[in-house]
Order: sequence, then structure tokens, then C-alpha cells
Amino acid sequence: MTTDTIAGTTVDRNEEGFFTDPTQWAEEMAPELAKAEGIDELTDAHWTVIRFMRSEYFDKGTGPTVRLLGKTSGVSVKELYQLFPKGPAKIAARIAGIPKPRGCI
Amino acid sequence: MTSRIVILGGGTGGTLTANRLRRTYSADQATITVVDQDDRHVYQPGLLFVPFGLTHADDIVRPRERQLHHGIDFIESAIDRVDVEADEVHLENGVTLGYDVLVVATGARLVPEETEGLTGPGWMEKVFTFYTPEGAGALAGALSTFDHGRLVVNVVDMPIKCPVAPLEFLFLADWYFTERGVRDDVELVYATPLDGAFTKPVASQQLGGMLADRGIELVTEFNTGEVDGEGGRLIAYDEREVSFDLAVVIPLHGGAEYVGRSPGLGDAVDFIPADEHTLQSKVAPNIFVIGDAANVPASKAGSVTHFEGETLVGNVERFLAGEPLEAGFDGHANCFIETGFHKALLIDFNYDTEPLPGHFPSKVGLPLLKESRLNHLGKLLFQSVYWHSLLPGRDLPGLSSVMPTAGKHAAGPPAAAVPEEDRS
Repeated sequence: MTTDTIAGTTVDRNEEGFFTDPTQWAEEMAPELAKAEGIDELTDAHWTVIRFMRSEYFDKGTGPTVRLLGKTSGVSVKELYQLFPKGPAKIAARIAGIPKPRGCI
Repeated sequence: MTSRIVILGGGTGGTLTANRLRRTYSADQATITVVDQDDRHVYQPGLLFVPFGLTHADDIVRPRERQLHHGIDFIESAIDRVDVEADEVHLENGVTLGYDVLVVATGARLVPEETEGLTGPGWMEKVFTFYTPEGAGALAGALSTFDHGRLVVNVVDMPIKCPVAPLEFLFLADWYFTERGVRDDVELVYATPLDGAFTKPVASQQLGGMLADRGIELVTEFNTGEVDGEGGRLIAYDEREVSFDLAVVIPLHGGAEYVGRSPGLGDAVDFIPADEHTLQSKVAPNIFVIGDAANVPASKAGSVTHFEGETLVGNVERFLAGEPLEAGFDGHANCFIETGFHKALLIDFNYDTEPLPGHFPSKVGLPLLKESRLNHLGKLLFQSVYWHSLLPGRDLPGLSSVMPTAGKHAAGPPAAAVPEEDRS
């Protein structure tokens, strides 16, 4: 686990860059987190996904997988990959400050 | 008063639940009704062997009704929907069944049509799946004449039934083409959405090494968006491509169709959210879920279903008696992984402990996470155990529901530090 300063606030993240405590996250951190993932500007569509990830996490205890995102967020899987080319669920989870979405075994 | 227990699905979970409950309750205490859309009970672990001519699709199918004990009603009909509010199941044959307890055991359904192009040109000609008797049989024909080229095994996305089966398919393919003397002319490739060969770190490393040893190419984080059967290409959402001459695809899975027609019963892909320890659904207190139909973080595998049986049946009894439920299920899974050349590997794990090396169930026993002939024999013998002990709902000697730890080496990272299943 590492401690980093994002947008002036200290946060804890695991070795894969996921927040260990999602309550440490704040909206103003998202642009900086996105830049680190190679996304220079967060559009409204990015924000739709980020907010959806967080609400799903707090509702269900895990962020959604790409397929569930495509079915429930209102953004199609194709668009999700345009928004987050390196893997929507994983990258959006890092930017949204939630743990890695739990897939199935 | 006679309780009405309705069980949807006459597969592994439904059958063993019905048989266990029938032993628990007399006919005066409870009626037990099992519903299924057909009377073909498939021994699903056997599907893996069909493409290689090691067994025939007909030999792994038996009538569902005959696996059910005397005193259990079997209705062969598709399910239209469950009315969660009214405690009723509407069947497509027009019958309505009221219930005091509903057990959902309708498993997972393949949805190949959800992937662009998968069921288009080339489907069942050069693009196959071995997850159905029909697909496995057709693939057997295609493999028998395949003597050179690129064979790609692809998992579209998790969850899938038996997550080790695609790996076993590759290990057996390596053996099969070697036996036929054409292994040098066949390229074997595994394209997976995971970031390694398997979901759990220690096993993933071990299995990844076994792929490399056999010259099987591993393509990771490959999220199939489209299958071009005619052109022989798998195309990922991130625009990477994997070419093939023969593709063996494990399609997307979802829950049964009626779940989608039953308001409030399932999630976005028709699995039923359930408590991972009590197996009570999160939908209604009188609905329980067993096996692949459940949205719980356990493998979709027959061994999991078997281990769930004890907890589930106990909790149905507790519920009907008005007692608190027991959080008894620990996510225990136990899988033989066929590795070819008459050997197999055994893995044993649960929600908290990943598959570790050692011996099962104690220091004297089958080797874990290591190839051996004994494990291969275990896998072969299991079919008989399945029909004669597991489905009747008997406890299997030496195979407890709770994961054993006695023979395991706590090598690698401690369980608590193991990251959640790796996938995005």
C-alpha cells in the first residue's frame, strides 16, 4: 500500500493503484487521477461512468464489470472502450476511487 | 400443515436439494416439486472429453426425473415467470404453483448471440463451443480432420461455468495433437479477458507456466467485441485482433430467461443476488438460490453446488421452522484440472483462501496444484460418484463442505493479502 497526495489531499492506494478507502476520494481528484491514466480531459460521458461506478460500489459492495456497465450505465461497451481505452472497468474504478471491481471466479 | 417447496431446475443443484429435502421431510410435512424445461440431465464435466473422442455426448446425458427420489413431483415445462410478491411460479404449460419456499436452481445459460458475429457465418463450421452437447459433438468432428493451423480458445467474459475448463481443453488439445503426430503443425492460443491464466494468483502462475511449457500462447486482457468467422479473426474492443483457423469460444453466460421476465428476481444478466454464506436470496426471505444461478462470488462449478447443498437445505429447514439461518457456506470449490497424458491437477479453495500446493484433504491424500496420475483417475471416477452419490444428496466420504486446511502449504502471500479476483 502507498500513500499519495492527490489534489492536495492524502489518500491510500494499493499496489495496483486502487483506493483502499473510497471515502477518501473527492471529485476534484478525478482530473489528476485521469491524467495518470492517459486521459487528458474528462467529458460528461466520463463523469457519467465515474459517478455510476461509485454509486454501484456503495450500493452493491463492488464496482461493475464492463459487461454490466454496458448494460446498466447507459453507455455502450463500445463507447466505454472509447472513453477508457485501456479497460473501462479497471481504469474508471481507479479514477472513481473505488477498489478493483470483483469479477467472478 | 404441509409446506410447499418448489424447486426450479432439475440439474445438479435442484436434484441434490430435492433429494436431501425429501429425506428430511415426510410427505405430510412437505410437498416437493421440481420443474425443468426438459428431461435431459447433462453430466457437464463430461463435455470437455467429447471433442477429443474420449466420450460421446449421448453417454453423459440421463433423464432428469430418474435422478429424483420417490415422492418428488417432476413437472416438465418451461417457466414463464416468478411472481415474487404473490409467492407463485407461472409455468408455460399454464400451471401456477404456489410456494412457501422457492429454491432457484436453473443454472447459467449461454448467450452467444450477445457477441457480435459469434453466431454468424462460420458458427459450427470453424467457430465452436464445447459448452453444449451439440457444440461439443460438432467440435469432435472438426477436430478429427484438423491437422494444421491455428486453434484459438477464447473466453469472451467472466463469469463462466467451470473457469478451468478452457485451460483443460488446451492441455488436452496439446496431448491430442501430439498423439496424432501433428502437434508441430498446430498452433495453440488462449485468449482470455483475465490478466493471467486463472483468477487466483498462485494457481494462475502455476497454470501459466504449464501453458508456456507446452508452447501454448497466452493472450491476456483480451475482451472480445466481435467474431469474424469468415475472416478467421477475433476482434477485441480495444481493436487488438487474434487470427484463427479454428476457434473454440466460451460465450457470455447469463441466468435463465424467465428470470428476466420476473420483476425483482434477478440482476442485469439474470443471476439472482444471494447472501454468499446463507444462500438466501436478497429478493425475498423465502427464496433460496443454489449453484450457477446465484450471483455470489464463488465459482460456477458442480463442486461448489454440491458443497452449497448442505448449507442450503439446513437453511430451508431453519426458515420453515422460524429459526435464524446459519452462515455456513465458505465458498468451497474443489476441481480436478485435466492436463493431458493421463494426468490431472487438483485445486481446492474457498472465498478466503486461494488454491495452494500440498495434499488433499490432509497430509496424506491427493497432491494439490501438481500433476499426477492419481488426480486423473479421480477425475474419471467422479462421473460415477456424480450419478450415484452426489445427485442423491449424500455426503461424500473425505469431502467435507467446509474447506480443509490440514494438508496445505501456506506458501505465497497470506490469504488476507491476496487481491480480489483479477479482472476489469
